[in-house]
Parts: sequence; structure tokens; C-alpha cells
Amino acid sequence: MKKLIAAAVVAAASFGLVTGASAGTLDNVKAKGQLVCGANPGTAGFGVPDEKGNWTGLDVDYCRAIAAAIFNDPTKVKFVPLSSKDRFTALASGEVDVLIRNSTWTMSRETTLGVIWAGINFYDGQGFLVNKKLGVKSATDLDGATICVQQGTTTELNLADYFRATGKKYQVVTFGTSEEAVKAYDTGRCDAYTTDRSGLAADRLSMSKPDDHIILPEIISKEPLGPLVRQGDDQWLNLVKWVHYGLLVAEEDGITKANVDEKAKSDDPELKRVLGTDGKFGESLGLSNAWLVQIVKAVGNYGEIFERNVGPNTPLQLARASNALWNKGGLQYAPPIR
Amino acid sequence: MTDATSLSFVRSAVIPEQRPPHRVSGPLVWMRENLFSSLLNTVLTIVFLGVVGWVLPGFIRFVLLTPVWVASSSKDCSADLLQHPVGACWGFIDAHFGYLFYGQYPAGERWRVNLFYALEALGIVWILLPKAPFKSAGLAFFFLLFPVIGFVLLSGMPIIGLSTVQTHYWGGFLVTIVISTVGIVASLPIGVVLALGRRSAMPIARLVSVIMIEFVRGVPLITVLFMANVMFPLFVPDGWRPDSLLRVLVGVGFFSAAYMAEAVRGGLQAIPRGQYEAAQALGLGYWQMMIKIILPQALKIVIPNIVNNFIGLFKDTTLVAIVGIFDFLRTIQASLSDPNWRSGQMPLAAYLFAAFVYFIFCYGMARYSLSMERRLQTGNRH
Repeated sequence: MKKLIAAAVVAAASFGLVTGASAGTLDNVKAKGQLVCGANPGTAGFGVPDEKGNWTGLDVDYCRAIAAAIFNDPTKVKFVPLSSKDRFTALASGEVDVLIRNSTWTMSRETTLGVIWAGINFYDGQGFLVNKKLGVKSATDLDGATICVQQGTTTELNLADYFRATGKKYQVVTFGTSEEAVKAYDTGRCDAYTTDRSGLAADRLSMSKPDDHIILPEIISKEPLGPLVRQGDDQWLNLVKWVHYGLLVAEEDGITKANVDEKAKSDDPELKRVLGTDGKFGESLGLSNAWLVQIVKAVGNYGEIFERNVGPNTPLQLARASNALWNKGGLQYAPPIR
Repeated sequence: MTDATSLSFVRSAVIPEQRPPHRVSGPLVWMRENLFSSLLNTVLTIVFLGVVGWVLPGFIRFVLLTPVWVASSSKDCSADLLQHPVGACWGFIDAHFGYLFYGQYPAGERWRVNLFYALEALGIVWILLPKAPFKSAGLAFFFLLFPVIGFVLLSGMPIIGLSTVQTHYWGGFLVTIVISTVGIVASLPIGVVLALGRRSAMPIARLVSVIMIEFVRGVPLITVLFMANVMFPLFVPDGWRPDSLLRVLVGVGFFSAAYMAEAVRGGLQAIPRGQYEAAQALGLGYWQMMIKIILPQALKIVIPNIVNNFIGLFKDTTLVAIVGIFDFLRTIQASLSDPNWRSGQMPLAAYLFAAFVYFIFCYGMARYSLSMERRLQTGNRH
């Protein structure tokens, strides 16, 4: 089914039926007066409605950041919640302008689906959840452990690979759905439960005593999540890419939601370039030169987005880890704005 | 002149009181006759009572005796933090009430949704209540005026001072009601036309109806929704893309119409040939015959089927979640994944509430159809 849809999309695209790709996406978005953002239908920390129904989350804030860059108004976003099955079709058909829905960047997706990633806004990876009572501090202590896992996913494969590579013994208990696996772990059927770390953080909250459980520091697979766009519109790709880099640069330069106006008056040549008082960096993206000021005013810098949605002070309590800036021991690295 | 007392067959003295006859009525007798009449019956009764006695106290305690009525996050419902057992976290429903019933509809404009709900209730009561006056005015209101007013109310019209609210702000129960109302209102007339077309003598009309009905019945609703929302945009140019909710409404309308057509066809086939011939003998044309003689009888026969379709449609509206439209159930699920509200026992209260809401509507429809059947049965009573 998936392949059939992908084939149909590619065929349609090659006949020029996919009109969204041929016209400039930025011009389309400006003409519509709103950004149409393919969003998550409900994943803790990345895209969920709060009590009032307002969308919140790391991916949601990226949609708002792009809207703020284009319209100087973070509310000009239409969120189209997409299931994992129809998300790429929706992007390729022009139903959405950009897809920011914790989608893993893989080679096959980029080479066969007609889409292209603009960056990695969250380095995710498979981890382990264990009960504190076990006294386990690291995955290397899991020798001989019983591990609950969802059946038939890459999670199961990664687990086998990891234990084979480290030469440790383990026993696996598989379940049809992740809910069952979580429940089984909670009732003490297994010593550990494994899935992606962002998922573990959310599943931990479903435990009868969340504070009794910890996520181990090891990451045993690569799940780079990020925003993606259609292939064939480099201007739009650049824009989304630089919104992401802009958020990183803002954090690196210490520009926050609170001090952005003050920083914009600075004489520092780096700040002048970044915040648009010098040079025409915004214009070259098809935006105003104060693009990054608009973004940071609306959603803050990358660090603020992270802290607000998934960071240590949220219920998810995720550490920055790989998502820290490159000069703080993480992987988030932006090319310079100059 | 004869005194009555002198007659031999008239009793002259009051007979003494006797023991009352063995009980023939009362709760004990009813129980003996209905619950303990045989060994099997007795065993079944005891097993059933045992199950009820086992489940019910816990359920009542969970739902009514130890729940948390007001909460601002899952912490307020945590048995660990509160240091006492906690039942259903109704505070979740309380905190999310606006979202569940209006979606992201702007808070200042929600009176429009309330007015829409009220008008719909008025229209339904008007046409369904047997004794309500001005029946035909009610029908015109519900099928002609209400769709227009409802559309203007919900999506707005800046000229008359109602700001535009795009459909992606609609959500929750509002979307469930809009989809099922459109499905129900559209399916009956289209279904009747399709059913007549399928039994028509005109080959083109018959062919079109058959293709339409069989195609729709041959694919699942999810496929129709997926086609409408994901594939359809591939085939039309940018400016020609109707709103995604509208596409789903059209899909649901046609889908329910096809099923309705088959229900109505069942009724048409049940009408004896003599009725058609009698109508023709009176000189009635096709439409007169259908509207005055055949359809009233045919529809009466298939009321249970029609209502069955409506109930099915009401529940099928949850499928629109597949194409990213947030109906009532989907808003509940999405709210459950909010990290501030995530906890092991939160889904229990949330899904109980969802079941309660769906049950009220479906049971209401079922009861109404039963009373309707009884009322219309007069003609067929033999």
C-alpha cells in the first residue's frame, strides 16, 4: 500500500500534476496568508493540544517559527494533523507546505518519496527505561535482564544488534502493541522497557509510580527527527533550513525571547548580522531582514523551545544530551550567518 | 311480593373468612417463576448476580465515590501524591470540556456553536415530536433553512459581523455533530433517489444508480476518506482544492446514501405489486404514485434499518480521525497524550466519558425508532 501510494505520488509529480511543487511554495504561502504545517496528531512534547486546545510542542513551535519568519505572526499557521501513514503523501501532494511531525530522516525516504529534510531538530534514539529499585545506572549493567519490547518493529532489531555487539545476555518479551508492553513492564514482568527515548519519557508518565523509573543514558540507535519539504523548491528548502539554523544561532549568541530587542541594538558585528541590522540575509531568503528577531520574539531560541516542551522542567524531563549545542557537548551545529 | 331472603338460592348469612389463596402475584412469585423456575435458570441467575455483585461495587466506587472532580494536571489525580486511593479523574473532562465540545473554536465565538447546537436541537425536536405544530414548516426549517444558517453561523460571514472561523479550528463534539448531521440529512433524500433509480425502467438511471451504490458499498469508508483527503488533491490544481472537512463531508454523504439506498430498496420490494397497479389504475403518474402511495409505506417498513444506518453513521464519524480531522474521540485521545495529563489511570475516566456520550445519542435514536414503529404500526395490525 505504502509503495503503491509512493509510486502514485511520483507518477503524478512527473506528469506535472503536483502543482504545489512547480510554483514557488513561499509565494503560495504568502498568497494564502498562512502556513499549512503537517503536524503531529498527538505526541507528548512534540505536538499535543493543551486544555484550551492550543497546539504545543517542539514541532509545533517550529511551525510557528516559520510563520513568524514569513508573516511576523506565529498564529498564521494551519495545523494539519497527519497519521504516520499519510504524512509523506500529504506533503508530496501539496496538501501541506512543510512536514514537521517527528519524522525520522532515512536514506530510503529521501531517495524514493520525493521529499527532503531541512535539518534535525531533535536527535532521538532508542533507550531503556528501568525501575530505580534495580540499581542499574547504565545499559551495560543490563546483563541477563528481561526486556519488554513491541513486536515487529525496528526497536526489536536494534535491541538484538546492541546486545550482540556488547556480548551481553538478555531475555526479550514481545507484545503486540506498545501499550501492552508498557503495562507489562509496569506490572513487573520485565526489568526494562525499550523504545525511542522521547517515547520512553512519555511512557514513564503512564506508570503507576512514574518517579520510580529512570531512563538510562545509553542510546542504541539513530533516530534523527526534523522538518522536511518537497523536493524541487530550493528557495523554500533554504528558508526552512535557515529557520532551524537561526534558532540554533540565536541560542549560541545568547539571544532569548526576553533580550532580543536589547540585543538588536547591539554594536556587536555578529549580532548585527544575525539580527538584521547589517547585511541583507533575510531578504536573500525572501523574508524581511529582521526575520530572526521575529522568530525569537515569537518562540524563543532553540534552547528555550527545548526547555519549554521536553526539557528537565517539563513532565517529560528529557536532558539536552545530543541536542545540546556543539560547544556544549551536543550535536546541534549551525553554519554561521555571514 | 317475595322477599329476597326467602329465596332458597340467596345466602342469608355471611360466610366465615377464609385463608387467602396461595400467592399468584408479587415480587416473590415473580422471582420464583422467572429467576428460579428450573435448575438451569437458577444457576444462570446466581452466576449473573455473582458477576454483578463482583463488578458493580468497584465500578460505583470508581465512578461516583472516590473520583476527583476538579484537577489542573494529572498530579491532582495521583493516588501516590494524594496518599489515598483515587477513582475516575473527572477533573480531566472538566479541564478539557471546552476543547472536547468546541475544538479550537475561538473562545469569544463559542456562543455561535451553542446557538448552532440549540437550533439543531430545535429542528430535531420539531420534526420528530409527533404532536409538534406546523410539521411542514419544521421540515423546511431543518432541511433547507438550518443547513444555511448553520453554515453561516459556524464558518462566519464578515458582512453581517460574524468573523470567519476556518474549519481547522472546528473540533471535538462539534465536528462529530456536523459530520453526522450532514450524513443523515444528505443520505435520506439521495438514498431514496438512488433506490428509485435502481428499480427504474430507464436503463441509464438504473446503470448510474447501480454503479454508484455498488462502488461505494464495495470499498470501506476509510478508503473513501483517504481518497477524499489525500489522493483527491493530487488530481486538481492548487486553487481548486476544497476545504478538507468539506471533502470528508461529501465522502461521508455519498457513503451513507449508498447504504440508505439499499435499505430503502428493501422497503420498496416489500410493497405488493397490487399497490403499484392500484395507484396506476387511479391514473397517478410515477412521482405521484411514489410520493403518495409507495414511499410512505416502504419507508415505514424500513424505519429500523434507516435508524440502524444513522446509528452506524454516528459511530463511523470517529473514522475521520484517520485523515487528521479531530472528532470527539480523537480530541480525547490527543488530550490524553498531553504530558501534563498523562498518567496510567487517566484514560479510564476519559474513555468512560466518551462511551457515555456516544451511548446517550445512539440509545436515544434507538428508542425513538421503537416508539415511531409502534405509532406507525396501526395500518399493518392484522
